[in-house]
Amino acid sequence: MDEETRMPDRLLVLLGTKKGLFILDGDRARRSFALRGPFCAAWPIGHAIADPATGTIYAGGGNAWFGPAVWKSDDLGASWTHSSQGLAYPAGEEAVKSVWSLALAPDGTLYAGVEPAGLFASHDRGATWQHVSGLSAHPSRPHWNPGGGGLILHAIVPHPADPARLHVAISAAGVFATTDGGASFEPRNRGTRADFFPEDRRYPEVGQCVHSLVMAAGLPERLYQQNHCGMYRSDDAGLSWHSIEQGLPSSFGFPAAAHPRDPDTLYFVPLNGALEGRYVPEGRAAVWRTRDGGTHWQALRQGLPQQNAFFGVLRQALATDPLTPAGVYFGTGSGELFASADEGETWSSLARHLPAIHSVETLALSG
Amino acid sequence: MSAPVRVSLPAALIALFPGAPRELELSAATIAEALGALDQRFPGMRDRLADSTPRIRRHINIFVNGERASLETPLAPGAEVLVMTAISGG
Repeated sequence: MDEETRMPDRLLVLLGTKKGLFILDGDRARRSFALRGPFCAAWPIGHAIADPATGTIYAGGGNAWFGPAVWKSDDLGASWTHSSQGLAYPAGEEAVKSVWSLALAPDGTLYAGVEPAGLFASHDRGATWQHVSGLSAHPSRPHWNPGGGGLILHAIVPHPADPARLHVAISAAGVFATTDGGASFEPRNRGTRADFFPEDRRYPEVGQCVHSLVMAAGLPERLYQQNHCGMYRSDDAGLSWHSIEQGLPSSFGFPAAAHPRDPDTLYFVPLNGALEGRYVPEGRAAVWRTRDGGTHWQALRQGLPQQNAFFGVLRQALATDPLTPAGVYFGTGSGELFASADEGETWSSLARHLPAIHSVETLALSG
Repeated sequence: MSAPVRVSLPAALIALFPGAPRELELSAATIAEALGALDQRFPGMRDRLADSTPRIRRHINIFVNGERASLETPLAPGAEVLVMTAISGG
């Protein structure tokens, strides 16, 4: 089988935005994309993902009037249903406001991370939900504090083979992991800084402001994170973290994206700083790539605006696709989608004038 | 004792529930019961109008005979229940 015949026929880029889900529908060469949307009744969509096995698209969000829900399409966006049945905390507690993150575990469980921070699971493809109460039961829960985006569970990283193992990331509580299918969780923040605490309390057990958490391809023990305070790598499933920010233009940013096959290749979009405006440094856009697990970094700028660019990229708005060479995509807070079909070497704009882009994910389709 | 009441629903809500009418009659003695009856006919509709606290969602207004209502508001036979979307968004 040659390389050409293994390539999928179609590539979808799913854009969760402040005003609905949009789909960029691309050909196999990733040269021609058509924009469809907005879907999901133009609700704010925190995150949209697709099941690569079935093509089902899930989009989680929350509407100011009608509350949180997860939308589902079994026909690539032509028709949609939504459900929030069971996506609720017990009566008397603060209600769920919106869905921020989605992930599929290897046993088919669909997870949703919500605001205020908590985790829900669906065993029937999003029709009904159950609270994963083991996370909310953690003794540190009363001490979790909201970050700028609220108290949000914004990243869910299932183990690719073991459905009992899962990591989640919460702003600003940090990374937590379960190894017993969600019955209990423990913090995984050792070695990550909290510069916003007094000097002698900068490495607490919980309270870190993790911004993004991803797993290296083929190495489930290796995780990368973009934090409010630095970029980090772990080679022991989050038990210990090491800074990889040297060589980057700042320690602040939101998203991270792992290469689909190479565990040493990772992408970040550092911003100028938490208090400095949170846009690309010097108004010049760049995606930064490492090929060696974070020891060395390279700025990828070709085709990106190099003057007067004052946008940011939010925590789930950077993604790769599974093709060869890997495609890389990022969406801006100002509603533009940039794409590279050559692992980040060159870039072009695929869509602009969209609402603020919250999340970017891809779906490769064959046949 | 439940009695028939008339309910008007906003267009943005029925757009989420294909087949739902703008106006309908149902039997309910309180707003909470009315939302339960709506949910029976259109599964999931209660969640769109009230949260798990439970209370009517912050940006949903429900009026009974012209007066702002809560989940506990009683409904007399023939009451007019008007569900509206409030000012919100950005």
